[in-house]
Amino acid sequence: MASERLGISASATAPAGGRLRETAPVSEWAKARERLAWLFVSPALLVVAIVAIYPLIKTFQLSFTNARLGLGKKTEWVGLDNYRYLYHDQKFFDSLKHTIQFTVASVGLETVLGMIVALTIHSNFKGRSLVRTSMLVPWAIPTVVSAQMWKWMYIDVYGVIPDFFGNKLGIMSPGTALLANTKTSLWAIVAVDVWKTTPFMALLLLAGLQVIPSDIYESANIDGASKFRQFFDLTLPLLKPAVLVALVFRTMDAFRVYDVVAVMKGQSPDTMTVAVYTQNTLVGSQRLGRGSAASVVIFVIIGVFAFIYTRMIKVEEG
Amino acid sequence: MAELTQAIPTRTQATAYTSARRRPLTYYAGRVGFWLLIVAILLYTLFPFYWAVATSLKTSAELNQAPPLYWPKSFDLSHYDAVLHNGTFTAALKNSAIVAVASVLVALVIGSLAAYAIGRFNFRGKQPAMYLILSMTMFPAIAILGSLYDMIRLAGQFNTKQALIFSYTTFTLPFMVWVLANFFRAMPAELEQAAMVDGASPMRAFYQILLPLAMPGMATTGLLAFIAAWNEYLFASTFTITPQQRTVPVAIANFSGNTSFEIPWGNIMAASVLVTVPLIVLVMLLQRKIIAGLTAGAVKG
Repeated sequence: MASERLGISASATAPAGGRLRETAPVSEWAKARERLAWLFVSPALLVVAIVAIYPLIKTFQLSFTNARLGLGKKTEWVGLDNYRYLYHDQKFFDSLKHTIQFTVASVGLETVLGMIVALTIHSNFKGRSLVRTSMLVPWAIPTVVSAQMWKWMYIDVYGVIPDFFGNKLGIMSPGTALLANTKTSLWAIVAVDVWKTTPFMALLLLAGLQVIPSDIYESANIDGASKFRQFFDLTLPLLKPAVLVALVFRTMDAFRVYDVVAVMKGQSPDTMTVAVYTQNTLVGSQRLGRGSAASVVIFVIIGVFAFIYTRMIKVEEG
Repeated sequence: MAELTQAIPTRTQATAYTSARRRPLTYYAGRVGFWLLIVAILLYTLFPFYWAVATSLKTSAELNQAPPLYWPKSFDLSHYDAVLHNGTFTAALKNSAIVAVASVLVALVIGSLAAYAIGRFNFRGKQPAMYLILSMTMFPAIAILGSLYDMIRLAGQFNTKQALIFSYTTFTLPFMVWVLANFFRAMPAELEQAAMVDGASPMRAFYQILLPLAMPGMATTGLLAFIAAWNEYLFASTFTITPQQRTVPVAIANFSGNTSFEIPWGNIMAASVLVTVPLIVLVMLLQRKIIAGLTAGAVKG
């Protein structure tokens, strides 16, 4: 296609390109375009190199040193000492455990609840768009704000949650401090994340549901297939790609959780996640080397999911 | 999207019709269950925000009442008054606005050029550049926190807005490039071909034809990046230390009362409502674009 010779990435619906003759000006144009392309891309690449690539390389490098923040001490190469330290640090392992628990619980619950919400909203009813819009509210609220809102709702005596579930419904003992209690604090934070992210998950799944052609359900109805069978035999298999993409994307996001935990519980060992551990090591203890090693661990774990994710979403023109 | 939603009624109506004829009782039970589910969804998503609003309107005496009042009696605006006269909070509003606008503008100018090139040109090295940008939208901020801290400190920019603008570019720019590249790609190829036939240079084709057409997309993407920058907490809480330099999320997380034991929940909720209402309005206006934007990059607030 001539459009390719022009250097234009033609979209699938570009029929006009074929009519152009291959002439000298065309190749001139293509050359000019290639030069221009690099001129246009290079500032962005330069900035990305400075603000992201360089710091990333620096993090790897620092993770093998005993660098401290702010101290005049000389930085020395310590090999794998920082990683060895992390390997033997119970606090780091606990934070890794909390992060995995948080990720599995919140992503799992968000997917199941998101699916229920998506299927409900997918049907046609009065006020449908209103419900869909209202679902954006938790997403629109800044994480720090939602953390404070829930912290207030969890407070034992004045909080609405202990009052409603304790005094009004009687399904837990009144005055329970869900967030302060060692056993429940992590799950109390999971609940906040589930509340904030379920609508987003539901909207992603809803987008997936809407591209399923409706006539397959019509024939299933004629065949007398029950709603349950329709869901497991038709909807779920067709929705699988959308579910998988959403799952991987959310897993990546949940694994780096920082804001909600830091605001609700600070550095508390009951709920410390790897991101909180790392931030605390870097800034609180000023241990740049050791903190960088923890950063590398997070980076590698998320990198694996990011790799899967890039394989899954279609990179156009790739 | 519009055509798809139009297609759905026929199916549900058909289903409703047949099941209503076959077993009316279960049908009505189903409808009741369905509406209960809708009410449950609405309560679940909206109640916490309602509670923040209700709390912000209660008097201090009502706040210390157990069991809590589910509906505020007095509609007291004193918490809002206190928050708007709180120097730290108003400074935070200003800081957040400056930091978010500056980092979005930088990302818009640099990002739209790169997005145009990636979206519409074929050039050598395009694919590595694309994958680089895409991976930048996903990597965790915590991975570069320490080295950014070190760079900022060495540059003597610790506890400044510049430090935040600089670090926010790590997520606003890749996001902008990625979303806008898809946007440019979706424009018809004839646009530039026509420009070329008319003898316009590629540069002219960009700023006279494609850029004006891309304006709505750039506005939406810019707003999404603005929200992400406005809500950012990790960098903001790490790279600033004095109350005067705080951004809104840091200020809300660190609201203090008269004593260290007293948490001013009324004021915190009033501040929360003040910063959240504009965001909710924005998100509602942009709701169509948001899902596409969300999946394209890490913009979770």
